[in-house]
Amino acid sequence: MEVDTAAINTIIDKYGKDKSYLLAMFQDVQRQYRYLPKEAIQYICDRLHIPFSKGYEVATFYASLSLTPRGRHTVHVCLGTACHLRGGPNILDTFERELNIKKGETTENGLFTLESVNCLGACALAPLVRIDGQDYGKTTPGSVKKIINEYGESS
Amino acid sequence: MIASIEQLDGMAAEYKQKTGAYSKIVKICCGTGCISSGALRVYEKLNEAIAAERLTDKVLVKKTGCHGLCERGPIIVFGDDEILYQTVGKRNLDDDIRLLLKTVKDGTVVENLLYKGEDKTKRHVSPRDIPFYAGQTRVVLALNGVLDPEDIGEYISFGGYRAVHKALQMDPVQIIEWIQKSGLRGRGGGGFLTGTKWRSCRDASGEPRYVIANGDEGDPGAFMDRSLMEGNPHAVIEGMIIGGYAIGSNHGFIYVRDEYPLAVHRLSIAIEKAKEQGLLGANIFNSGFGFDIKIYRGGGAFVCGESTALMSSIEGKTGEPRAKYIHTVEKGLWDKPSNLNNVETWACVPHIINRGWEWFDSIGTPQSKGTKVFSLVGKVKNTGLVEVPMGITLNEIIFKLGGGIQGDKRFKAVQTGGPSGGCIPGEYLDMPVDFDSLTKLGSMMGSGGMIVMDERDCMVDVARYFLKFLVDESCGKCTPCREGVRRMFEIVDNICKGNGLKGDVEHLEELARAIQLGSLCALGQSAPNPVLSTIKYFRDEYNIHIEQKRCPAGVCKALTTFTIDPEKCTGCMRCAPECPVACISGEKKKVHTIDRSKCIKCGTCYDVCRFGAVKYE
Ligand SMILES: Cc1cc2nc3c(=O)[nH]c(=O)nc-3n(C[C@H](O)[C@H](O)[C@H](O)COP(=O)(O)O)c2cc1C
Ligand code: SF4
Ligand code: SF4
Ligand code: SF4
Ligand code: FES
Ligand code: FES
Repeated sequence: MEVDTAAINTIIDKYGKDKSYLLAMFQDVQRQYRYLPKEAIQYICDRLHIPFSKGYEVATFYASLSLTPRGRHTVHVCLGTACHLRGGPNILDTFERELNIKKGETTENGLFTLESVNCLGACALAPLVRIDGQDYGKTTPGSVKKIINEYGESS
Repeated sequence: MIASIEQLDGMAAEYKQKTGAYSKIVKICCGTGCISSGALRVYEKLNEAIAAERLTDKVLVKKTGCHGLCERGPIIVFGDDEILYQTVGKRNLDDDIRLLLKTVKDGTVVENLLYKGEDKTKRHVSPRDIPFYAGQTRVVLALNGVLDPEDIGEYISFGGYRAVHKALQMDPVQIIEWIQKSGLRGRGGGGFLTGTKWRSCRDASGEPRYVIANGDEGDPGAFMDRSLMEGNPHAVIEGMIIGGYAIGSNHGFIYVRDEYPLAVHRLSIAIEKAKEQGLLGANIFNSGFGFDIKIYRGGGAFVCGESTALMSSIEGKTGEPRAKYIHTVEKGLWDKPSNLNNVETWACVPHIINRGWEWFDSIGTPQSKGTKVFSLVGKVKNTGLVEVPMGITLNEIIFKLGGGIQGDKRFKAVQTGGPSGGCIPGEYLDMPVDFDSLTKLGSMMGSGGMIVMDERDCMVDVARYFLKFLVDESCGKCTPCREGVRRMFEIVDNICKGNGLKGDVEHLEELARAIQLGSLCALGQSAPNPVLSTIKYFRDEYNIHIEQKRCPAGVCKALTTFTIDPEKCTGCMRCAPECPVACISGEKKKVHTIDRSKCIKCGTCYDVCRFGAVKYE
């Protein structure tokens, strides 16, 4: 795929071409493309004069980076301890069933990618779901269906 | 620009005058929890309503950080702890705005929005009357929920940055002595003496030196650090400036986990404002000492909370731990002397400087000083953040502040220390909560997660949960951790699926020893703790799973069946619509039945039935 080098240059320059911000640059690119294209890794590595293998290693090490395209909305179901005990696994099951995909997959229409996460820091509201930065607390299998509809309609 | 104590005091006075001019102050919690419950809309609507009433000059509505009672959010507090309203806007936003406006105008207390006591009859007006708050000693969290974290002037008006000024008049060695004598121990897990660490870093050779705040908060189920960074970011910054001066470092870093975007946002604003005021940057308070802080975001890897992995991650590399025979205080970030402390540890520092080490030393137990923030979650009635003096008992925290177990079920265990900790059973509820007592029980203080479990929680499943977590989070660098923990997971997983064999428990204990001895970093070394502690206190439960193929708590799906007792079912129709696979059938006022071939054993019907008609075995 073609990446927008001007946009990536802006990101690199924002961090003063400082190698130690490699992860942050990748995260910013991901915010734009909803995933981290290999071409972007290559481009950033070239500009920072680090071998592609090093960049690739970083890109695959951190769970928050995705090397495959994601759907329009990323659903993060929390499976941290508090959410686990309060029914988080049932919430994930319900998403899997309703969206007809497994954790880590994207729906055929490209609308949703389903992921799990270990704690979002709002444990008192367990079980928690985060979709594109919006948090839903005290979810139930019933509310999952409503949430999915909300996104299905708005797009 | 603030360059002298007079200017600092001047700004404080100016702010006090400004807020004093308002006849009412309304504090709306805009922490992550309350935002997810709709706090921002309440904030907007209330402001609109106040503007429409032409009260904007009289009423100050401010956004604050987390009050700790996130479960009842959005939380609103009037004035100086006069009234606390909870779940504002949850039923009907417009109605609630009208009610709020009443309080704003003439102080009418709206019964409906008050916090209800456990007996449901008593309504508490002031947060001071709510047992959840009344039993706390708030030091680190004192200003959380009070000030607007995006406004540095507010922090200054509450005495902020005075500790930096005071510290800069002191000799760096004397500061370290104070921290040492205060007895402050690290809040991030290990409980290492902070003063000792600072001294080693100061004494190490090499320039420059670095100080780092660990805001990775990887412990799942814990959110103390998030609340602090979001709710009072300047406290962390102030602590770091003092630490930098004492240690001889001009460069600070804050490492924040990627899952906390609001914390990153608030910290960034705080750093920027502090720079504008000259409280960060060159020559702070004309002392000749300069300090700057940079923020680094994590990438969703638990192991990056470990000191060497964290430093490697800041260097822009993968977060793999390295052997610690060379200490990070000597060779840490970019091989330079580096001092890492947890964000709560940093936030304690300004208080010690302001009030003196004797004051800190007077709180807590002989070996564990000061207060500690805990994230009280799970099956407890009042979930949220509590700050208590060290040495308080588990009983007090769970039953007095927490109000006991939800649905008045039976308490089973409390998990502390996250994936490195363990489960503590009821016999030990009278144990004091401090670093050493918890370690003695086979658990640990950790960063302050406290997860309460009841009779419906299976201890084997909890062990399985933590092992799965650790399998996913192990960086894979060394074999005992990578392979050993996976093997332990497989064994426990098999037990949960009804394929457990005699001797499995002993096998787990053996593997645990090997992993403890052979792992490079503390993730592996402490990985067996959740399993060992559940075996230690709940061995019977393992045996029942293995020998009788039963899960007494009704959690392990392969070992559980749900049925409806025809004697007890009233046909209230509550369960059927809640069943996610629609396998409950029955008519109104007639006995319902479960189609076992379709049931996925989620337990929802059990939880919703009010007549105790759903059974599991
Ligand atoms: C796997 C692992 C994860 C850790 N995660 C954290 C964390 O999220 N936050 C934290 O402050 N300390 C964490 N620690 C402890 C740190 O390594 C370090 O001891 C601590 O930040 C030092 O600060 P303190 O002395 O103020 O506690 C972790 C340790 C390990 C082994
Ligand atoms: S003990 Fe585990 S997490 Fe730590 S270095 Fe070894 S493999 Fe990595
Ligand atoms: S356990 Fe879950 S799936 Fe089974 S009947 Fe009850 S609600 Fe339905
Ligand atoms: S909720 Fe309980 S009483 Fe009501 S229909 Fe279901 S099983 Fe029967
Ligand atoms: S455990 Fe789910 S938000 Fe913390
Ligand atoms: S976020 Fe509002 S009380 Fe915690």
